[in-house]
Amino acid sequence: MFARAAALAAMLTALAAFDGAAAQMANQPPDTMAARVEACTPCHGNKGEGTSDVYFPRLAGKPAGYLYNQLLAFRSGRRKYPPMNYLLEFLPDPYLEAMAEYFASEHPPLPQPAPSEVSKDVLAQGELLATSGDAGRNIPACVSCHGPGLTGMQPGIPGLLGLRAAYVSAQLGAWRYGTRTAKSPDCMQLVAGHLTEADVTAVAAWLATRPAPADPAPVPKGTYALPFGCGSQPN
Amino acid sequence: MGSRLSITLLALAALTTAAQAQDKTSDVIARGEYLARAGDCTACHTAAEGRLFAGGRPMPTPFGTIYTSNITPDPETGIGKWSADDFYRTMHNGRFPDGGLIYPAMPFASYTKVTRVDSDAIFAYLRSIAPVNQKNKPHELRFPYDNRQLILGWRTLFFSEGEFKPDPTKSAEWNRGAYLVEGLGHCGMCHSPINALGGTSQSDAFKGGLIPMQNWYAPSLTSNREAGLGDWSIKDISDLLQTGVSARGVVYGPMAEVVHNSLQYLSDADTRAMAVYLKGIAEASSPPPASSALPNTESSLLISLGKTVYDKNCASCHGTQGEGKPPHWPPLANNQSIEMQSAVNPIRMVLNGGYPPGTKGNPMPYGMPPFAGLLSDNEVAAVVSYIRTAWGNRGTPVSAREANELRSAPLN
Ligand code: HEC
Ligand code: HEC
Ligand code: HEC
Ligand code: HEC
Ligand code: HEC
Repeated sequence: MFARAAALAAMLTALAAFDGAAAQMANQPPDTMAARVEACTPCHGNKGEGTSDVYFPRLAGKPAGYLYNQLLAFRSGRRKYPPMNYLLEFLPDPYLEAMAEYFASEHPPLPQPAPSEVSKDVLAQGELLATSGDAGRNIPACVSCHGPGLTGMQPGIPGLLGLRAAYVSAQLGAWRYGTRTAKSPDCMQLVAGHLTEADVTAVAAWLATRPAPADPAPVPKGTYALPFGCGSQPN
Repeated sequence: MGSRLSITLLALAALTTAAQAQDKTSDVIARGEYLARAGDCTACHTAAEGRLFAGGRPMPTPFGTIYTSNITPDPETGIGKWSADDFYRTMHNGRFPDGGLIYPAMPFASYTKVTRVDSDAIFAYLRSIAPVNQKNKPHELRFPYDNRQLILGWRTLFFSEGEFKPDPTKSAEWNRGAYLVEGLGHCGMCHSPINALGGTSQSDAFKGGLIPMQNWYAPSLTSNREAGLGDWSIKDISDLLQTGVSARGVVYGPMAEVVHNSLQYLSDADTRAMAVYLKGIAEASSPPPASSALPNTESSLLISLGKTVYDKNCASCHGTQGEGKPPHWPPLANNQSIEMQSAVNPIRMVLNGGYPPGTKGNPMPYGMPPFAGLLSDNEVAAVVSYIRTAWGNRGTPVSAREANELRSAPLN
């Protein structure tokens, strides 16, 4: 009898403690990455799918290593976009890694390709550059690094699908003018350095017309060899 | 045989003393590293993606740009040829080894309070780090500020040399806190009003001020109407300093840097000592008479628009009654840093959003989105006016013009 009373008391205490813990939890933000990246989602979308602003890129499904490299570059100011440079300034590496992994593991559907505003000839020129390059001008095919399906490769090469033309042009421009740099050797800078304004317009426009592939996931590391070395893609 | 044994013993004894001496120097170096953290030397002497303490970090001032120095032990470009006396002279008296005057951008006006023993420990630590061969960049100061003789005038007005003198009427803990806050912490460099000459007078110490060039307001640490901590518990103050978040509020902007690079590394005892001192220097101050530059009808319209903006954009984190979910989503009701006379900080907070610093005690902080691209000047002014006056808060409304002006404030 006594033992049972004691057990009952213990159970009640446990219940009360549980109640207290629950009340405390209710008073805390959810212990999730989704709640922690709410500072990012007005610009990048709830699952990193992007927003209506054509310069705000999709993050979802890109290789985690690639996203992490970008976060490091924004934090140090090597890649410039002041609102993001400011947000990341005092966040430690493991946290940036967790953010990268969070967005890499989200898979909202790719957007419908937008109808293009450029001529058929320009699109054809873009397709040629992307799939074959231009050996005469030292321009390698984009697919030689970004993959035959343009879905990228783990851990450091991003896919080029689901990005809008304005964003892709802005990024290629940033490499040409040196305001975006990647880990050395910065192969994208070599590529972008050989492109003219017209090339950039053409390839960005063609990429934006590509439909979503059945499997948009980046291919595993080492699936194919790169034409030359990239600092962001360790061998 | 006997003699060999004694020789061996002697040698052993010599070895142990050597080991002890070694131990002692490594203790001193470790203490020096700790003190260098407390002094936040890295905030200025390490450039973004640069090598530790190799300098070259630009410091924009109203008079031009100053570049910080290489303080690694490199003999040509760093302080490799300096003696401990030379170093103490820099810390204590703001002079180079040749007697030349150092710009007060180096906080020697605070570091002068550091004891000789602590200065020597910092020096021992700096001598132990990797030397970096990197020439100092010449400053880009406009005439006449490029003339170091001008520093003499500044020194006469604002510099008083002297190590920290404990106040015997106060506890050891209070004195330790005072030593850290007034000396190595150089908290007064931001938290005091800066006059037109770029100086802070003793009588205004910790009275708060707008940080030039950065456009952040560093609140008074003595007035409870600002960041005076008179009615905070020691635990909340310690949490704020050590982790960047607390039940009463969070740090952001330049203060996030201080917690990130410096305060998070301080021991529990030192953190507590600072908290005790900070609580102690807060002067009781009565609430300000609410006065606003805005006409009444205009401000009441603003505030009702503000409530709409708040409920839609802010309440999910900060709560409908401004109660927040502390410490991660800070409360806005009864939060001094919103109610201050200067509305610069809450306006910038809304425009720029932010994350508290990632610290050992809070490695994955929650963040707030920037609203610069989502809200108009009028909406920013409205929501800031609302949070400054709702739930018993005693701030005053702000105008759309103030919000607009801060859109161009530098973000780093
Ligand atoms: C104010 C809008 C805004 C906010 C808030 C924001 N970003 Fe961004 N983000 C951008 C823009 C714009 C770019 C592209 C910048 C450029 O032109 O290089 C970008 C680029 C990125 C990239 C690189 C994408 C790529 O494919 O190269 C990553 C990763 C990223 N953001 C993550 C984040 C995370 C994580 C957060 C929250 C901590 C965040 N962003 C908050 C606007 C924002
Ligand atoms: C030699 C390999 C290589 C080739 C060829 C190459 N890229 Fe890249 N690209 C990369 C790597 C690596 C990155 C990631 C860089 C980083 O870490 O920031 C990248 C990144 C990009 C990005 C940034 C994506 C984003 O989300 O911000 C764009 C856009 C891009 N490449 C376009 C192109 C185009 C267009 C071509 C063809 C004209 C091309 N690339 C050819 C290696 C290559
Ligand atoms: C707020 C920024 C700031 C902080 C914090 C700071 N310094 Fe400095 N320091 C400077 C600047 C700027 C100079 C160059 C001044 C000049 O040229 O007159 C300088 C110069 C020096 C010099 C002279 C070196 C030389 O050869 O020019 C030494 C030594 C030094 N600092 C040590 C330290 C130590 C040790 C700490 C931490 C306890 C520290 N500093 C913290 C800004 C800072
Ligand atoms: C996603 C959650 C979230 C939303 C939405 C949000 N905030 Fe915040 N807020 C935070 C966090 C987290 C901090 C701490 C940020 C820091 O330390 O840099 C903060 C800090 C603040 C501060 C500074 C508080 C202090 O202790 O000094 C103010 C003022 C503020 N927010 C106002 C607002 C207003 C006004 C809105 C709506 C326009 C808003 N917040 C929307 C999460 C949020
Ligand atoms: C580089 C400039 C700078 C330095 C150095 C600095 N502060 Fe601050 N501090 C600020 C600014 C700006 C704010 C307002 C933003 C905020 O509330 O976090 C602030 C806010 C504070 C607050 C109020 C926080 C709140 O939530 O109400 C306290 C307390 C504080 N600082 C203490 C200190 C102490 C102690 C030191 C020295 C160890 C120090 N500060 C050094 C700039 C600085």
